[in-house]
Amino acid sequence: MYFFFLRTPISGRTQIVLHTMLKAVILIGGPLKGTRFRPLSLDIPKPLFPVAGLPLIQHHIEACANVPNLKEILILGYYPASELSQFIADMVQEYKGLIIRYLQEFTALGTAGGIYHFRDQIRCGNPEAFFVLNGDICADFPLVEMLNFHQERKDKLVVTIMATEATRQQSMHYGCIVQDRETFEVTHYVEKPSTFVSTLINCGIYICSVDIFQTFASVFNARHQEYYNESINNGSGKETAIIYLETDVLMPLAGTGRVFALQTNNWWSQLKTAGSAIYANRHYLELYRSRHKDRLAQGDVKTEEGKEKKCNIIGDVYIHPTASIHPTATLGPNVSIGAAAMIGPGVRIRESIVLSGATIADHSLVLHSVVGRGSSVGRWTRVEGTPCDPNPNKPFAKMENPPLFNSDGRLNPSITILGCSVTVPSEVILLNSIVLPYKELTRSFKNEIIL
Amino acid sequence: MPGTESKLGEMRALILVGGYGTRLRPLTLSRPKPLVEFANKPMLLHQMEALVVAGVTQIVLAVSYRAEQMEQELREEAKKLGVSLVFSHETEPLGTAGPLALAKDILGESNEPFFVLNSDIICEFPFKDLAAFHRNHGKEGTIVVTKVEEPSKYGVVVYGEQGRIQSFIEKPQEFVSNKINAGMYILSPSVLRRIELRPTSIEKEVFPDMAKEGQLYAMELQGFWMDVGQPRDFLTGMCLYLTSLRQNNPTALHSGPGIVGNVLVDPTAKIGEGCRIGPNVTVGPGVVIEDGVCVKRSTILRGATVRSHSWLDGCIIGWNSVVGQWVRMENTTVLGEDVIVKDEIYINGGQVLPHKSIAASVPEPQIIM
Repeated sequence: MYFFFLRTPISGRTQIVLHTMLKAVILIGGPLKGTRFRPLSLDIPKPLFPVAGLPLIQHHIEACANVPNLKEILILGYYPASELSQFIADMVQEYKGLIIRYLQEFTALGTAGGIYHFRDQIRCGNPEAFFVLNGDICADFPLVEMLNFHQERKDKLVVTIMATEATRQQSMHYGCIVQDRETFEVTHYVEKPSTFVSTLINCGIYICSVDIFQTFASVFNARHQEYYNESINNGSGKETAIIYLETDVLMPLAGTGRVFALQTNNWWSQLKTAGSAIYANRHYLELYRSRHKDRLAQGDVKTEEGKEKKCNIIGDVYIHPTASIHPTATLGPNVSIGAAAMIGPGVRIRESIVLSGATIADHSLVLHSVVGRGSSVGRWTRVEGTPCDPNPNKPFAKMENPPLFNSDGRLNPSITILGCSVTVPSEVILLNSIVLPYKELTRSFKNEIIL
Repeated sequence: MPGTESKLGEMRALILVGGYGTRLRPLTLSRPKPLVEFANKPMLLHQMEALVVAGVTQIVLAVSYRAEQMEQELREEAKKLGVSLVFSHETEPLGTAGPLALAKDILGESNEPFFVLNSDIICEFPFKDLAAFHRNHGKEGTIVVTKVEEPSKYGVVVYGEQGRIQSFIEKPQEFVSNKINAGMYILSPSVLRRIELRPTSIEKEVFPDMAKEGQLYAMELQGFWMDVGQPRDFLTGMCLYLTSLRQNNPTALHSGPGIVGNVLVDPTAKIGEGCRIGPNVTVGPGVVIEDGVCVKRSTILRGATVRSHSWLDGCIIGWNSVVGQWVRMENTTVLGEDVIVKDEIYINGGQVLPHKSIAASVPEPQIIM
């Protein structure tokens, strides 16, 4: 709880002003976004994809739950509400004391359009400020740090951007921030420049004062002016409502003394492809070691009779309580096993995510792969992908997200993905391949997309 | 050299062992090719035993390389079989006919015809029938021929009703016949007059002349035939041999839990639980196969170890090699002697040289030195 004593000149009396409260907005987009996450996103909305055993945005929610005085989380997106209702209900159960709601945009409104559209909901209750978190990032969220930074400057600014360092080459794929070294003010902002601007990039985590709605309003109004002044328009009216936080708000605000950036060295990554899910899985599991040790599996389990062997565990492994693992299986490091999954005798799984209801039969090996919901892998089968981790030799290197095909038209080696309900027979090898949902394979495949 | 005196009515044989056995590398980097164990018995021994059964008492080995190791190892076996072994050492490669001239003194000692065979051949050796057939027509030479599916890869033999050979056609462009030279002959000593002591090809230089004079006959081979001089054919030959063993001597094959099809297991080998071995697998002496291993169409040579949960298909595992856990190897992967494959590795068509340790997967066929 934060208490500030303010001497107001009004009556000479000291007034105690409590910080009213904070809110958070998580932007999750909709089914049209996140196509690079296919085929995993064909079956489950990307924001709900389990990483280290929790749906992706539950990590965001959990970070928000640890911020004192944060009372409400609004999730904004254009997925049909039915797809998120169960998740929302689960979150409300899990994080009692927080109001968590999903607000569905009537159409894709851009990274700021939704916030503007639901401004009344956000302003309701008079929050002092609100976090905005991109739904497709993964991080060790430094929200309290950010809050303190924002508080220290709250009279001046309208938005604080969380920033991190990237390599010169990679920075051009992100929003680039030029920052005054002493005041930390953002003097210049460019989204995905074609030439190098700065190695400091936008993490997609912000704190905004409610004053920002004035900026949003002026952008919106200016857009409307254009629309009615133009002699040519497409009559849909749709485009006027689309406002992008980065290009329509941050860019013009940069240099006006009202945007600041706080640099973090915490782990941060985007979740664009299945490969990045494996990478994020590893890092979130590592964070569990210090924050949520109970979530990591131990090899031996205490029962009434004494110690009983659950299975062989190496490194960080998450196993859902309803999964059943044969004692001779060896899991880890960096493995997440979903609900009701079944792992047979002598199975080896490493650097992989196995989603709920999947079955891996005897003696098989799963490596650098995602096994989709309800999929089954036969006996003595090898499911193997190739990781695309950031270059460990380059400090601040981020995940490369190479295109699916290289210049020769060949599939770039990547994580092997089984969509939902895929059947892989026994004794085959599946190497660097992507299998679409419900497919029944009959032979080995290497470096292929199997439709 | 033991037993250089000939006895009347006893036969001789010449086995063309030849040179470096490069096609069967990396195995032949450690052992001479005739000593590489085929179905748990050195190749040469299969041939020697068959020759002895047909009445051969002296065998000449025409070698150009590594004779000392062979001499040492075979001396014991030869004694057991009661056959005398003579090494004819070529100082320069003499081809397929030259070695006969080099061994002329021994082969020509008696009037009995002598057998000649290529050391890479495996089949149900028909030496008794061959001798009888040869005596029957009374001409200078008889070649064993066998039917193959793709005759144009070989030299095709064209012969008439009685077996009299009319011509040889090397790698014909159009189908002429599907019978080829199976690499086994029986020759009367008079043939030795036709061969000079120089590099000579018996198929190209000697046989065509004999055929023209009507002195060469062909006998068709019954049963399977394979030239096992390279790994892929070595494994195919092994499958054919095991099938033949199933028919002729089924008790030699292994049976038990987890054994599928034709499997040959040395009594000193150990196989774990939950394995699936076969079809078409030979397991050599002292081999250890741990739990949950699946092996198909493979040869595992003496002293090798295959650790748990691994899967092998179409492989030759060299002597004393160790294959780790959860390894997958396929597509005629050959491990030389004392190779270590680390856990969870995938090898597809790899040829691994001796004493090598493999720590990275080989997803496409490759030679690893």
